[in-house]
Amino acid sequence: MIGHAEKAATFAADEGRAHWHDQSLWFVRLKRDRQAESIPEWEDLREAAAAIKAHTLSRIADYLEEFERNSRSNGIQVHWARDGAEHNAIVHRILADRGITRLVKSKSMLTEECHLNPYLEAHGIEVTDTDLGERIVQLRHEPPSHIVLPAIHLKKEDIGELFHKELGTAEGASDPKYLTEAARSHLRQKFMAAQAGLTGVNFAIAETGGFVVCTNEGNADMGTSLPPVHIACMGIEKIVPRTKDLAIFLRLLARSATGQPVTTYTTHFHGPLSTPGGELHVVIVDNGRSAILGQETFRRSLSCIRCGACMNTCPVFRRSGGYSYGYTVPGPIGSLLAPLRDPRKFASLPFASSLCGSCSDVCPVKIDLHHELYALREELVRKKAVPLHKRMAMAVLSSVLARPWAYRLAGSLMRWILPRLPRDFAYGPWNPWGRQRELPPMPQQSFRDFIKKESE
Amino acid sequence: MRSRDAILASLRRNAPPVSPLPDSPTAIIYADPERQFAEAFSSVGGKFVRVTSLAEVNTELGKFESYTQARKIASLIPDLGRANVDLAVLKDPHELEGLDIAIIAGEFGVAENGAVWVPGSTLGPHRAIFVVTQHLVLVVPAGQIVHNMQQAYDRIRLQRPGFGIFISGPSKTADIEQALVIGAHGARSCSLFLVGSQAR
Repeated sequence: MIGHAEKAATFAADEGRAHWHDQSLWFVRLKRDRQAESIPEWEDLREAAAAIKAHTLSRIADYLEEFERNSRSNGIQVHWARDGAEHNAIVHRILADRGITRLVKSKSMLTEECHLNPYLEAHGIEVTDTDLGERIVQLRHEPPSHIVLPAIHLKKEDIGELFHKELGTAEGASDPKYLTEAARSHLRQKFMAAQAGLTGVNFAIAETGGFVVCTNEGNADMGTSLPPVHIACMGIEKIVPRTKDLAIFLRLLARSATGQPVTTYTTHFHGPLSTPGGELHVVIVDNGRSAILGQETFRRSLSCIRCGACMNTCPVFRRSGGYSYGYTVPGPIGSLLAPLRDPRKFASLPFASSLCGSCSDVCPVKIDLHHELYALREELVRKKAVPLHKRMAMAVLSSVLARPWAYRLAGSLMRWILPRLPRDFAYGPWNPWGRQRELPPMPQQSFRDFIKKESE
Repeated sequence: MRSRDAILASLRRNAPPVSPLPDSPTAIIYADPERQFAEAFSSVGGKFVRVTSLAEVNTELGKFESYTQARKIASLIPDLGRANVDLAVLKDPHELEGLDIAIIAGEFGVAENGAVWVPGSTLGPHRAIFVVTQHLVLVVPAGQIVHNMQQAYDRIRLQRPGFGIFISGPSKTADIEQALVIGAHGARSCSLFLVGSQAR
């Protein structure tokens, strides 16, 4: 299994681009700060959001049942899926039963997680992602590299070249306005021809049996108000108890995500379109979430509202790119969610963090991200999911650190040996730390000797 | 129903002890909510116009190039705009394609973020109108500006089955190199007329 560090090395090899990626995301982080500072009660909002999420998780089955009851009385058809495969089969059956072959989608990380697109395409359905960033990565046959900014890893020249090939824009053209206009007319044709629209869900409301979808582009609104059939896919954790809870989360979401006061469109769905054949389906998906709920140390990760703030601020994410994580949700929150689902496959992710805590500081629902990442490291070592050489190194180190005499001996040995080693050997493959760094010059004496001498 | 019951059982088995719902925090109040709203709406790319009467809206609209050059105009507010599209005869929302201007009533505005609440009941026979139109004109009564989203949701009654939307400015994207581009899929411009006598 190729870990995060190996993939990050590939990303970082292009130093100019890696630096540019870092700066782009930091710019978004600064916009977030300005918005947060404009609201005096920002910290109270984060507290309230965290408490609403904690309460909801403690009674989540009740709230999902309440949601189901109320949405049925709104004329919404509710489906339940235990895993990604069942989710994909449900969506496909809804489409296939109605002879639908053209689907437009707005952003849904859940459907990325379930790999819905390839499944539907294999069954002969044309799937068009309509968020501009998602359409760009779809045309490149790539997954999104960031949950809010799917094409943040690409330069406008890359997109210009792609659109020239795929949409027939002028060769060499890379002006974002021109390219966006081209995508607008291309996607408008798709919207007009679509027979069904699929969206994610930002918040589902138990007390009213409806749900909210947020976009800036209006793609979710185009996709759900033209074709008669709307399918909305949600993870179980998207539920909130009351209408008034939306106020708290909507005040936090866009400010944390992109540094906007609110998204352009915040759409509340409480029933199907009134046009003939109007249908609204909601698919509620578990896919490993209920198992995370059972883990006391990690259950707060289910509070995530997918704003991406932890990615924008993370020094590791900014310098290693979304693809280094190899999972739908990258960055600090993804480094929890991915290994919680598959510890062996994603064992390297909790180590892709400096544990600086910046993620926890910006998280709008106050997930203790860096504490959970640290706890998950311990658990992965216990489960022996971490590579043998790493476990052995830790075993040696902990036995040295636990014995003062061994520590003293190791210290004096290193001080003597290191300066005498040939450089090629000291910086050999056994020293990954030294790949980008210089070892400090060895001191003449240990700190213990120094203190002893000084106090005489 | 097997999956439903399995999921709910698993969630019940794994849920922590019940924790309380918090009280809502005290939310920001602005000295001049109308001015704050105008600033917020402009900052998200919207065009804010303050007028005292509906007649004045018609006059001001006449100064917009998008309006004077528009071929197809629909208005959901009686006597407002030189509407030439009869929405009642459109059988299908796809027939809205090609609409240049839509004039729609907003119920109230939110000062903290420049959002306007538009209930589905004011969108006419096809709710797609607000996003399919090339340019959107919102008309909101003066005095209908709340300070923050918490006040907003105290007002909103989500009717069942129903639809409602907060709109804050024109459609936009920054998906290409974080460069802000107005006019992604929805309206290329969003103007708002706040109508009524000036507050003292």
